[in-house]
Amino acid sequence: MARIDVNHVRHSYLPNPRTDADFALREVHHTFEDGGAYALLGPSGCGKTTLLNIISGLLHPSHGQLLFNGKDVTNLSTQERNIAQVFQFPVIYDTMTVYDNLAFPLRNRGVPEADVDRKVRETLEMIDLASWAKKKARGLTADQKQKISLGRGLVRSDVNAILFDEPLTVIDPHMKWVLRSQLKQLHRRFGYTMVYVTHDQTEALTFADQVVVMYDGGIVQIGTPAELFERPRHTFVGYFIGSPGMNVMPVAIDGKTATLGSQRIELPGAPKAGSGAIELGIRPEYVRLGRDGMAVSISKVEDVGRHKVVRAKLEGRDIAAVIGEDESVPAEPKVRFDPAGINIYADSWRVEMGA
Amino acid sequence: MEKTWNNKAWFLVLPVLVLVAFSAVIPLMTVVNYSVQDTFGNNVFFWAGTEWFEELLSSSRFWEAMVRNLIFSFIILTIQVPLGIFIALNMPKKGWGVPVCLVLMALPLLIPWNVVGTIWQVFGRNDIGLLGYYVNALGIDFNYVQDPFDAWVTIIIMDVWHWTSLVVLLCYAGLVSIPDAFYQAAKIDGASRWAVFRYIQLPKMQRVLLIAVLLRFMDSFMIYTEPFVVTGGGPGNSTTFLSIDLVKTALGQFDLGPAAAMSLVYFLIILLLSWVFYTVMTNYDAER
Repeated sequence: MARIDVNHVRHSYLPNPRTDADFALREVHHTFEDGGAYALLGPSGCGKTTLLNIISGLLHPSHGQLLFNGKDVTNLSTQERNIAQVFQFPVIYDTMTVYDNLAFPLRNRGVPEADVDRKVRETLEMIDLASWAKKKARGLTADQKQKISLGRGLVRSDVNAILFDEPLTVIDPHMKWVLRSQLKQLHRRFGYTMVYVTHDQTEALTFADQVVVMYDGGIVQIGTPAELFERPRHTFVGYFIGSPGMNVMPVAIDGKTATLGSQRIELPGAPKAGSGAIELGIRPEYVRLGRDGMAVSISKVEDVGRHKVVRAKLEGRDIAAVIGEDESVPAEPKVRFDPAGINIYADSWRVEMGA
Repeated sequence: MEKTWNNKAWFLVLPVLVLVAFSAVIPLMTVVNYSVQDTFGNNVFFWAGTEWFEELLSSSRFWEAMVRNLIFSFIILTIQVPLGIFIALNMPKKGWGVPVCLVLMALPLLIPWNVVGTIWQVFGRNDIGLLGYYVNALGIDFNYVQDPFDAWVTIIIMDVWHWTSLVVLLCYAGLVSIPDAFYQAAKIDGASRWAVFRYIQLPKMQRVLLIAVLLRFMDSFMIYTEPFVVTGGGPGNSTTFLSIDLVKTALGQFDLGPAAAMSLVYFLIILLLSWVFYTVMTNYDAER
């Protein structure tokens, strides 16, 4: 187990990067604490996998430094870093049995056969494939193959960190739940440092203590799931996390009031002056639909099961609100914004509000 | 719902059936016909029964050619398959080197067989051939016209030069289809270069290798043109393979009956050995 310091790391796949746009990873400076469970969350192409491969040593960064427990490992190979990594699509050695697949990473490192046997049996129990030990790995289903890939990551107890690169993409939804909670249990039991890459917010929020949201080659926010939900630092985090995402609308600010078209909205405090385009962000969960407030015209009501999502127009802009499953939509619908859920953004970055 | 039976479709198959009949079945039956008859010319045939087959199977000339052919195929496979795999493993996977290598590899395959024969016939001559002349200049007595061993060496090198590319291209196709993730996972698992080959590359190449082995076996077992051009089956009979022997019998001596019997036996041997190869390799596959 190790603390991992990513020290001003930049990476470009081009030989001579010039502008910022040439970098797949613009600059990442972050510490993954020993024993932490992290999720790297972001849309496809934001640099998540690049960062992961830099940590595991499959890629060497163009700039910057990587430290494991304070020791510089930037130039060490993957083997020397002693990292486990699980990939998006199952990688199995088809000519081997399930047992040998799990034993492979241990045997390659010259672990005594008695220890190999003990570790492999433990891991087989964990991933629930004990009865398949003697079977050839090639006949297995995609689920089982991915479990073997996971197992190969978990079988080495002395690794510095375990990295997961969207490991549950090919798994059935039900099995996803099971495996994810197993990973979580493992984490609690053994205290591995885990970094989990995903573009699925549910997966990120349920797995990790700390979610690292990446956007366009950089980290936009690091926080607990609750922080990301309540106080998105960047409008991107607002859109990306939550279903539906945060409502963001351009406003004009005057002291403790925001003006949206002809509407005036009371703010919980006066935003510290920010420059550039000012926007107000509010999550649909904080938009109250009722008989008083600002008039809206409803365009659609989506019943998603536990609640309903109301799509409406406010001052000509799309706005979403979440109401309870049993609530009904009033005849002349109006909305109010719960002050607790209001965030103000200047040039897409959140500004603090004073008293 | 009742199924509609419409036999008109058979008419569409008819042209193919006619074509196959003319190109394969009728010639084959002609050969079968010849193999059980004897003739003294003038289109007069006598029933000979299994005489030609008995004669063939008891002739040492046939068995010697067969043994030579088996040894030749064995040597060819043991050289070309490992060499082909080795070259494929070392070919670049991306960049400008890929088209260069592919074209270089494909070149020998594009040369007509008798031209390959002629090239090596001249190349190996010890008076004007580049290879033959310099080998002799190095003090090694090399003469493929007189020495059976030198003749074999020449023919084997020629075949390796001509056909290893086929194995290379097939293996290369198998190799480039392996996703990067496998190599990355192997690095993470701390696999050695040998383990990567043994557990990732070889299994992924297995199917194409089966095809490569089958093709190379059949082709080498049926080889005719190149040794015919280079050595004409000599010196003596030392490079007379089954096909060369067959042509000598059929066209040189015009013994249609024995030649027909030999063709059939030859055909059955190739069919049988190919089937054995295929079964062994696919069964091995299924067991795993």
